[in-house]
Amino acid sequence: MAKRVLLIEDEPNIIEAISFILTRDGWTVHTHSDGETANDRITAMPPDIIILDVMLPGKSGYDILRDLRADPRTIHLPVLMLTARGQTRDRELAEKLGVTRFMTKPFSNAEVLENLRDMTPP
Amino acid sequence: MPQRQLTGARIRARRMDKAMRQADLAHAAGISPSYLNLIEHNRRRIAGRVLQAIARALDVDPSVLADGAEAGLLQQLRLAASEAAHATGDPAATMAEVDLTEDFAGRFPGWAALVAAQAQRLARLHGEVAALTDRLAHDPRLATSLHEVLSAATSIRSTSSILVGTEVVDRDWQARFHANIYQDSQRLAEASRLLVGFLEAPGDAGQRPLSPAEEVDAWLVRHGWQGAAGADTVAEIATLSPLARPMAQAWIARFAALAVAMPDPDFATSALAAGHDPAVLAARYGRPMTDVMIRLAMVPETDGHPATGIAVCDGAGVLTLFKPVAGFALPRVGAACPYWPLYQVLSMPGQPLRRAVALPGSMPQRFACYAMADRNPAPRFDRPPTIEAVMLVVPQSGPMTGDPEPVGPGCRVCPRDACDARREPSVLT
Repeated sequence: MAKRVLLIEDEPNIIEAISFILTRDGWTVHTHSDGETANDRITAMPPDIIILDVMLPGKSGYDILRDLRADPRTIHLPVLMLTARGQTRDRELAEKLGVTRFMTKPFSNAEVLENLRDMTPP
Repeated sequence: MPQRQLTGARIRARRMDKAMRQADLAHAAGISPSYLNLIEHNRRRIAGRVLQAIARALDVDPSVLADGAEAGLLQQLRLAASEAAHATGDPAATMAEVDLTEDFAGRFPGWAALVAAQAQRLARLHGEVAALTDRLAHDPRLATSLHEVLSAATSIRSTSSILVGTEVVDRDWQARFHANIYQDSQRLAEASRLLVGFLEAPGDAGQRPLSPAEEVDAWLVRHGWQGAAGADTVAEIATLSPLARPMAQAWIARFAALAVAMPDPDFATSALAAGHDPAVLAARYGRPMTDVMIRLAMVPETDGHPATGIAVCDGAGVLTLFKPVAGFALPRVGAACPYWPLYQVLSMPGQPLRRAVALPGSMPQRFACYAMADRNPAPRFDRPPTIEAVMLVVPQSGPMTGDPEPVGPGCRVCPRDACDARREPSVLT
């Protein structure tokens, strides 16, 4: 059965492109655009992996990650974070909060696929 | 604060101008000619009473002898020394001879002015660097523009690499991705245009006032406060920076409203009749006292009206409007003396305060101050009230009456040692 990835991102064209390449690579892709309701969506239907944007309407990616790690059901869920800034400060914050990996925008499609493969056990 | 060098030289110059003999001036002032000689050659400090007697004999205001432009220069020199010591972190090793500041300024006025000017320039540059850093780190418009650029670039990169990849993409998807790229490229163009405009350095960076608020103040002084309510001024503020323009517009609109509510010539006549008392005028026109104070500051210094200064600040004590008047200054950046009535009234909104205050010095500069703070007249349930304090300042001259409250020029250059409000040591002690 195909692995399920949840893409939490609010830019429609980025959603479309990433969904396309992940689907083509054999993933089942779900998307979610609202920061506020993201945690409910994750706990209601936990995916195998999450791609999480930092800048989201309603609630930031950092806050979503913090809540995920505070919940025993999602504490080990692999999270690939997309950040628009590559600054050390943001990187440190994400690592402190328990991010699995992250990528700096603008990233290449190959990077996305490579990261997802690395993050999921065979 | 001794200012013997400068005061002595100035007494001598005044006496020469009047073709008065030293002995005659000494006699008129009730001191011995030899003592006057020592004073004129800057060998003796001069006390307030003697200075007043000499000023009377020379028929000038004592402040002309004691507090000239040099008083400001001395203060700037002391500040420069303190800043330099502070910057190197070793006060003992780098401190200039602060106790000899007067001698320095008296003997080398050109060099002293240069030091002061350079210190001011340094402070301005520091301020600009801080403001720019602040802007890069915190400006939400910059953050939004950057986010736009990065989002568009991410989308274009990802989408275009799908299209040029080796795998076949069906026609529907192709058309869709092409449309997306076109859309994102437009977004990118717009966002980068905004970004470039934002980062573009103004050509006259060195000459600009530090903040938009200062720019507005300087414009009001240049333009003349009395005419600022006129409609033709709107075209003139085009010379201001884009950030200062809406602020100037807001003040001009407020001035115009005040000029309508308290129209001339009726207001000028009433002000004279009321002895420029804001309380009397507030009752007469049924207007808030803070409005009356600002309206009084709009009256030009002619036909028996006094020179006035005004300061308006918000709840954080930050000046939002400032009209200077002889000797009256409050720092824009950095800490002012909390004893100014402007700051006192912040803790008691609605309660007006009238105080005579005096700056330190052998011939203290004195001001009559009227101050009051008001809460926002349109309060909201969901936010705490904003507060605005207004202080009208009228310089006082002539014989000292009453017991003015001591205020200072700010801790660092204030000579008042025993002060409950002192935050940091003075460089003068």
